[in-house]
Amino acid sequence: MYAFEIERPETIAEALALLSEEGGQALGGGQTLIPTLKQRLAMPETLVSLTAIGEMQGVCMSDAGEVCIGGATSHAVVAREAADSFPALAAMAGHIGDPAVRNRGTIGGSLANNDPSACYPAAALGAGATIKTNTRDIPADAYFIGMFETALNEGEIITEVRFPVPRRASYQKFVQPASRFALVGVFVAQFDDGVRVAVTGASENGVFRWSEAEEALNSDFSAAALEPLSVSADQMIGDLHGSAEYRAHLVKVMAKRAVEAA
Amino acid sequence: MTQVSMTVNGEAVSAEVEGRTLLSDFLRGNLRLTGTHIGCDTSQCGACLVHVDGEVVKSCTMFAAEAAGTEVTTIEGMANPDGSLSAIQQAFQDQHGLQCGFCTPGMVMATASLLKENPKPSVAEIRDYLEGNICRCTGYHNIIKAVLAASGQDVDAMVAG
Ligand SMILES: Cc1cc2nc3c(=O)[nH]c(=O)nc-3n(C[C@H](O)[C@H](O)[C@H](O)COP(=O)(O)OP(=O)(O)OC[C@H]3O[C@@H](n4cnc5c(N)ncnc54)[C@H](O)[C@@H]3O)c2cc1C
Ligand code: FES
Ligand code: FES
Repeated sequence: MYAFEIERPETIAEALALLSEEGGQALGGGQTLIPTLKQRLAMPETLVSLTAIGEMQGVCMSDAGEVCIGGATSHAVVAREAADSFPALAAMAGHIGDPAVRNRGTIGGSLANNDPSACYPAAALGAGATIKTNTRDIPADAYFIGMFETALNEGEIITEVRFPVPRRASYQKFVQPASRFALVGVFVAQFDDGVRVAVTGASENGVFRWSEAEEALNSDFSAAALEPLSVSADQMIGDLHGSAEYRAHLVKVMAKRAVEAA
Repeated sequence: MTQVSMTVNGEAVSAEVEGRTLLSDFLRGNLRLTGTHIGCDTSQCGACLVHVDGEVVKSCTMFAAEAAGTEVTTIEGMANPDGSLSAIQQAFQDQHGLQCGFCTPGMVMATASLLKENPKPSVAEIRDYLEGNICRCTGYHNIIKAVLAASGQDVDAMVAG
C-alpha cells in the first residue's frame, strides 16, 4: 500500500469537508477497498472512514413504509434488522461473502463499487430502491451505469438507501465458491403495480433488468411463465468460472428459483 | 502517524501507527501477538480472524486506526484464565480438528462467534458459518466434529466416522 492518512469523522458534514480536499476517498467497510489498496490500484492521500458516522448507521422504516438503511450500515446489521420488514433483502445481505465480511462490508460501499457480481446491486435494482446521496436522490433505474460504474460524482457519498417493500420477493444466488460472490444472482420482486427482475453476475454491463421476464411474470407469476423465454449469451461474462452461454442459461434457472421461493 | 489506543485481550495498549497499518500488522508486529496468522493477506482465508467489540472480522482487512477505542480479542485471549485450553480449543484437539494448525486460530475465533450467536448449530449451519475459513489440511470433517463437540452435541449421532 502507498502511504495515506485515515480520518474518522462522526458527522456527514465533517466527512464531506474532508472528502472535498485533494486526494480524499471514502472508506466504508474496506472489504473491497483494502484489497485494492494492497494491490496499489488506488492512491488516496486521505481515507475518510464513514463507519463512525452515527447518522449513517442502522435500519428503520419511513413514513411511506420504505425500509431505510444508513449508507454505512453493515451487511450483518441489515441481515438482522431488516429480517421482519423485508425478509428477502435481509436474506440477501445474510449470504454475502462470510460472517467476517458481513460484519465490516457496508451497503454504501457495495453500491458505490457496483461489482458486476455483487448482490446489493441486484436487490437495489430489483426492488426499485432510491439511492440517497449528500446532494440528491437517485432512482436505482438511473444509478447503475455499467461494470464498476455508477451515477455517483467524485466526492459524492451514499448516505441512505430506501427500499419499497414488495408483496413478495426472493434473491437466488448461484455461488461462485472461490470468491463467494454470485456467479449469477437474480432478485425477483412483486409489487402491487408490477414485477421487477434484476440480474447480477451475468452481464458485461453489470446488473440489469430482465424485461421479458417482468412482462411474463406480470401476466402469470409462476416459474412456468418463464419457461418459454431464453436469454442471449451476447454480452454475457465468460471466464474460467463459467462461459457466457452457461451464465445465460443460469439467468433463467435462478429466476425460476426466485419466483418459486418468493 | 497517529496514536491509537485499544484494549487487546483485556490489556490497554497504545502505539503510533501509520494510516495504512493493518490491524493484523499491529497485533503481530507492534504487540508480538503472532497467534493471529496471515494466510492470504487478500481477505479470502480467515486465518487472521479476531473479534473487535465481540464481532468476528478479518484483521488483514481492517486498519489499526479503525480499531481505536475498541476491545479486541485474539487467539491469545481464548484460553481459560488459568492457561488451560478453552472448551473450543480442547474440542479441536480431541477431534483432531487440526493438522498443521495454520488455519486454527481463525477457526477457533469463528467458532466462538458462531456459538455465541447459535449455541447448538447443525452441521449445515456450521459449514455455512465457516465458509470464509480455508483449511488446506483437514478436509474440514474433523473441524465440523470439533465444533459439534464444543457445543456439547452428540458428534457421533450427527456425523459419520
Ligand atoms: C471474501 C469476500 C467475499 C465477498 N462476497 C461478496 C458477495 O457474495 N456478494 C457481494 O455483493 N459482495 C461480496 N463481497 C464484497 C463486500 O460486500 C464488500 O463489503 C463491498 O463490495 C464493499 O463494501 P465496503 O463497505 O467494504 O466498501 P469499501 O471497500 O470500503 O469501499 C468500496 C468503494 O466504495 C466507496 N465507498 C464506500 N462507502 C461509500 C459510500 N457510503 N458512498 C460512496 N462511496 C463509498 C469507496 O471509496 C470505494 O471506492 C465480498 C468481499 C470479500 C472480501
Ligand atoms: S490473512 Fe486475512 S483473510 Fe487471509
Ligand atoms: S490444519 Fe493446516 S490449514 Fe488447517
